[in-house]
Amino acid sequence: MATDTTTRSASPEQIRAVPVRHPGRWVAAAVIAVLVAMFVHMLVTNPVFQWSFMVDNMFSAPVLRGARTTLIMTVLAMVIGVLLGVVLAVMRLSPNPVVSGAAWVYVWFFRAIPRIVLLFFVANLGALYATYQLGFPFDRQLMDLFGFSGDLRFLDLDGNQIFTGFTAGLIGLALSEGAYMAEIVRAGIQSVDPGQTEAASALGMSRSTAMRRIVLPQAMRVIIPPTGNETIAMLKDTSLLIAVPVTIELNFQLRAIGSRTFQIIPMAVASILWYAALASLLMIGQHFLEKRFSRGFGARETRAQRAAREAREVGSTH
Amino acid sequence: MSTAADMPAEQLMVRAEGVHKRFGHVEVLKGIDLAVAPREVMCVIGPSGSGKSTFLRCINHLEKVDAGRLWVDGRLVGYRESGGKLHELKDREVAAQRREIGMVFQRFHLFPHMTALENVIEAPQRVKGVGKQAARARGTELLERVGLGDRVHNYPNQLSGGQQQRVAIARALAMEPKLMLFDEPTSALDPELVGEVLDVMRGLAADGMTMVVVTHEMGFAREVGDTLVFMDDGVVVESGAPRQVLTDPQHERTRAFLSKVL
Ligand SMILES: Nc1ncnc2c1ncn2[C@@H]1O[C@H](COP(=O)(O)OP(=O)(O)O)[C@@H](O)[C@H]1O
Ligand SMILES: [Mg+2]
Repeated sequence: MATDTTTRSASPEQIRAVPVRHPGRWVAAAVIAVLVAMFVHMLVTNPVFQWSFMVDNMFSAPVLRGARTTLIMTVLAMVIGVLLGVVLAVMRLSPNPVVSGAAWVYVWFFRAIPRIVLLFFVANLGALYATYQLGFPFDRQLMDLFGFSGDLRFLDLDGNQIFTGFTAGLIGLALSEGAYMAEIVRAGIQSVDPGQTEAASALGMSRSTAMRRIVLPQAMRVIIPPTGNETIAMLKDTSLLIAVPVTIELNFQLRAIGSRTFQIIPMAVASILWYAALASLLMIGQHFLEKRFSRGFGARETRAQRAAREAREVGSTH
Repeated sequence: MSTAADMPAEQLMVRAEGVHKRFGHVEVLKGIDLAVAPREVMCVIGPSGSGKSTFLRCINHLEKVDAGRLWVDGRLVGYRESGGKLHELKDREVAAQRREIGMVFQRFHLFPHMTALENVIEAPQRVKGVGKQAARARGTELLERVGLGDRVHNYPNQLSGGQQQRVAIARALAMEPKLMLFDEPTSALDPELVGEVLDVMRGLAADGMTMVVVTHEMGFAREVGDTLVFMDDGVVVESGAPRQVLTDPQHERTRAFLSKVL
């Protein structure tokens, strides 16, 4: 017994074991290396790629303008889509069955319609009414009923002007996005512990303040990752704007150069590179948003805390 | 401070008369009559499922009472009585009533995305419209009072359970309530953290706060409580001075319960 204790308390010898070999990993790495080499070799030697032609044309003025349109359209459609989604999600969770039902119907409808079909329809709404007016509902009928004549309308819009090009595309994409975002936001809101709303109510907060200040910021953690996917899907779906048609958009511009010059492959590769680059840009943005809304959910020390701790430590050394 | 028995009804802080509450077919509160005087500390004990939490939640209208009446500081909770009829209060009016009643939950329910200080100043700023500087000054003061002056910038998940519960108490106090409700404030805590929370509550009682405390801490009830209420199966079985209820219970159910927990 006594010897046992002494050997145990002495610091034991460092273990120097022979590591397990993983031959399979080396084989896999070799196979991948060969495949990559073949791919690069093809890229360099196949003359069809026309690299210098591609580089010259993928940054031409119309392409840059197209990239800008694509990016702006993506961001605007997402911003409107997210706002719409929040409103629809809150409606969907309303205790009022009419309000919640309306949100359900909206989501059902816009999820059922292919975006390209929706875009085509919105683009041709100018044919439904020549002018779109904003005013009091059933104003003419009501005025008639009470023995007056005239109407109660205060805004006139020309249907053939608003439902064209960029605006039509934006309306179509944002309406469609709102339906997807509604489901994402709803899942996010429902992921927040009901105790949070309860604590907020107990403090005397109104339902809307509690939603805005307490529930939604926490729901964001659940909402952001799928919204990132939605944003990237939206970036790619801007190529559907051809159905409107919107022609000052990235994919259309690159393909136009390809068809005009018969250099289809180089311009197709240029499209791939452009979309990959823009998507990467959006993913970086997503990363920062995720970090922002994970405050309080990791054990990470925040800047204010570090400053406070350092101040304390400096204070205590003096 | 002592008991509510000899006090005119309109001066009571809490008055419950025949409060009933059902969830679906299940009647959870079967006619609760209770009175809490200003500055009184009432402790409520009873087996799990006896309706203690439900009763507390009725006091600040987180649950609607089905029958009976509940007044806080002389005002009917959640309703207005006029022309012999009860009218439901608007959300805004209910919120205004809740402002005066602080609540501390078993599971803290701190806002995890806000620091301790942000948790405390959120409601004063957003609900009462207190300015940022004033709110921060008052919030820091309250956190110091619960012994967390050095933790103001920590997020809840960086605090121990006891510290979180003390932030939750400071958060409730920041609204300057005239009544504090505690629903098993130490039940979710590791045993060694219970004391620090009870100390804060003891301090509050000493400062004259009116408190209704659902708890299993018999020591606290005996020492700090002015009244001890034993609830079982949706009714108040017995109430009185803590020492008397604990040492000489009048009802068989109280005796049975106490023999299990003491
Ligand atoms: N929101 C609710 N819906 C349905 N039943 C509930 C609800 N809240 C509480 N209850 C039931 O009411 C009874 C009393 O619960 P509670 O007041 O939490 O008891 P206690 O706090 O004394 O343990 C329990 O049987 C519980 O299941
Ligand atoms: Mg309970």
